[in-house]
Amino acid sequence: MMDLSGNTQRHTISALVADKPGVLARVAGLFSRRGFNISNLSVGRSESEGLSRMTFVVEGDEWVVEQVTKQLYKLIDVIRVSDLSEDSIIVRELAFIKVKSDSSNSAEIIKIAESYRANIVDIDKDSLIIEVTGDDGKVDLLLNSLKPFGVRETMRTGRIAMTRGAATTGLKKTSNMVDHSAPDADVVP
Amino acid sequence: MQLTGAQMICESLIHENVDLMFGLPGGAILPFYQTLPEYPQLRHILVRHEQNAGHAADAYARVSGKVGVAVATSGPGATNLVTPLATAMMDSVPMVAITGQVPRAAIGRDAFQETDTTGITVPVTKHNYLVMHVNDIPNVMKEAFHVARSGRPGPVLIDVPRDVLTDEGIFHYPETVNLRSFKISTNVNAQMIKRAARLIKDAERPLLLVGHGASISGAFTEVKLVAEKAQIPVISTLLGIGALHSDHPLNMGMPGMHGPAYNNWAIERADLVIGVGMRFDDRVTGRISTFAPNAKVIHIDIDPAEIGKNVRVTVPLLGDAKIIMDALASEIEAKSNSLWLDEIETLKAEHPLSINSDYLSPQYVIKALSDITSGDAIVVTGVGQHQMWAAQHYAFNQPNSWITSGGLGTMGFEVPGAMGAALAKPDRQVWSIAGDGGFQMTMSELATIVENNISVKFAILNNNNLGLVRQLQDLFYGGLRVASSYSGNPNFVKLAEAYGIWAKKIENQSEVIPALREAMSFEGPAILDFHVNAEENVYPHVPAGESVLEMIDLSSVKGEQ
Repeated sequence: MMDLSGNTQRHTISALVADKPGVLARVAGLFSRRGFNISNLSVGRSESEGLSRMTFVVEGDEWVVEQVTKQLYKLIDVIRVSDLSEDSIIVRELAFIKVKSDSSNSAEIIKIAESYRANIVDIDKDSLIIEVTGDDGKVDLLLNSLKPFGVRETMRTGRIAMTRGAATTGLKKTSNMVDHSAPDADVVP
Repeated sequence: MQLTGAQMICESLIHENVDLMFGLPGGAILPFYQTLPEYPQLRHILVRHEQNAGHAADAYARVSGKVGVAVATSGPGATNLVTPLATAMMDSVPMVAITGQVPRAAIGRDAFQETDTTGITVPVTKHNYLVMHVNDIPNVMKEAFHVARSGRPGPVLIDVPRDVLTDEGIFHYPETVNLRSFKISTNVNAQMIKRAARLIKDAERPLLLVGHGASISGAFTEVKLVAEKAQIPVISTLLGIGALHSDHPLNMGMPGMHGPAYNNWAIERADLVIGVGMRFDDRVTGRISTFAPNAKVIHIDIDPAEIGKNVRVTVPLLGDAKIIMDALASEIEAKSNSLWLDEIETLKAEHPLSINSDYLSPQYVIKALSDITSGDAIVVTGVGQHQMWAAQHYAFNQPNSWITSGGLGTMGFEVPGAMGAALAKPDRQVWSIAGDGGFQMTMSELATIVENNISVKFAILNNNNLGLVRQLQDLFYGGLRVASSYSGNPNFVKLAEAYGIWAKKIENQSEVIPALREAMSFEGPAILDFHVNAEENVYPHVPAGESVLEMIDLSSVKGEQ
């Protein structure tokens, strides 16, 4: 009766949550015990006091995204969940990449970094730290370009995303946000 | 008002109309216990094991409709509550558990009897709290009771460090709960109701599938109204049994793994399934891709996450079952569905639910109990064969009277559960239909039952086996019986004697009715030890993961032999 073999896609989900101890554990626990595959998670303070914003990327079909959203709403610390459709958002990630380098190749590395509009933030006699901002694809590309020189260490913040235009994922309801599975959209303050 | 944390908890419990709790003290929770004498209106039942405090509170909540309260100390006290919390979570039972915790300064240092109680119980509670300041107690208590009973009910745990219990603060109990999230709408979507009514009007073979949510919301009259007005047969999930009187002409009983075969055939034939406060659980649907292949689905549930979780829904109706069924009853038109009802009668005649009543069969005992009590008893069970037979053969005539662990399937529920049920309704007769396996898991509470003179009658369907395990081994593991039989069961009559409980052993069919009558002839606990035929199986039996039409029944087994 139910066809669960939908199209698997990456969905960026933004959740406004109470800034309290244990909230991250509750959210992470929910994902693992329900078998949701989360490929990316980042957390930071939001514009509203006492609330954090979590951004995660879920791999799955529509059913998975709907269940993730609905199950998240069952956590009392979760205030609002938005499924951000890929074409109407800006996505960024910050990464630090520590690359092996010496006087023979540093110029070449710096040139590659510049072509990605990345910054050199630390120079040592046998390594460089590159800071890059962009969508996950851009970070991956830069990493690939640097691999031949030897990447010592990578730090990535994970994806953050924001909707284009005036719409927000904040406390105020806005019209063009996908929020089909809110318990009742009218009662969200 | 300046109060200690322990006093604040007691005051809060009184504000929440709690009059009874179950628990067992220990070091970390002791300041709370030492405060109890100041609050004689809070009755505390001292149990023998914290797990039983939890199950008793759970059954108390299911029968009374109030929030059940269980209390335990830190560490092992709290971990012993995990099973009852999970039981209540799966069956949507409102419960508040209060646990002691080591003093704040000791948290995280592996102190004596320390455990990360809130960490452990996240997946088995609707929400939980670690209270780190005495002034937070009133708000946390108010919120906890609100969360436990609102929307889809469930268990909430409050973990309180010992020094928070002894700290003092100003007590002011809040009037309202101010949660930014977690708001439940009571609006009825009129457009959806119209669409549902239209589907009901157009349907030729409609079925109501009624679950625990119907009972929790008290939608008994409304279910009956909808069923009668549009002449829709009512199938009840395991926990929905009793939502409609068993002797109602439209009542069909249980579907799924151990439901009568005619119900699964009816679902196969149905062109409309109306789920009311149920979740299309795998024991109901069998292999989901083969469930109700010809039916559109109306799904009424208060939990948005249940809608569309297991089956594709044509018309979702989000909200309280009572409110929605009331709206639906007004909207739908009267109709007769006489062809469909005739077809159902034929299915019933072709696939009857038969029992062996010419010897001491467990089904016979339940049937006799049902007849003798006129279907008016509160029946509490454990999990396994006896539970399924009780679901099949006890004809309930009152709501909130069938108390069983459905989702989690917790053996041992029958002893503490019966205790909690009896305390919730002291004027009703309470029967625990027990298995010899489950009974021995929690029979330590016989002492609690005696101490408090709780009138619970036990019917142990004793087959010296873990019966359903044995049945699975016989049907699906080539009869290889491993670790499923008990050769050293105690003499339950002598055991009862040790506790000072009246008891009797029954070995012949003719003794069943006299023994049941004798047990009912006096106030106070009684134990009947029925030595039933150990080779009896629960039929039909749908193999797990198969279509419900693949059910094995008595006739097919006999045919093969």
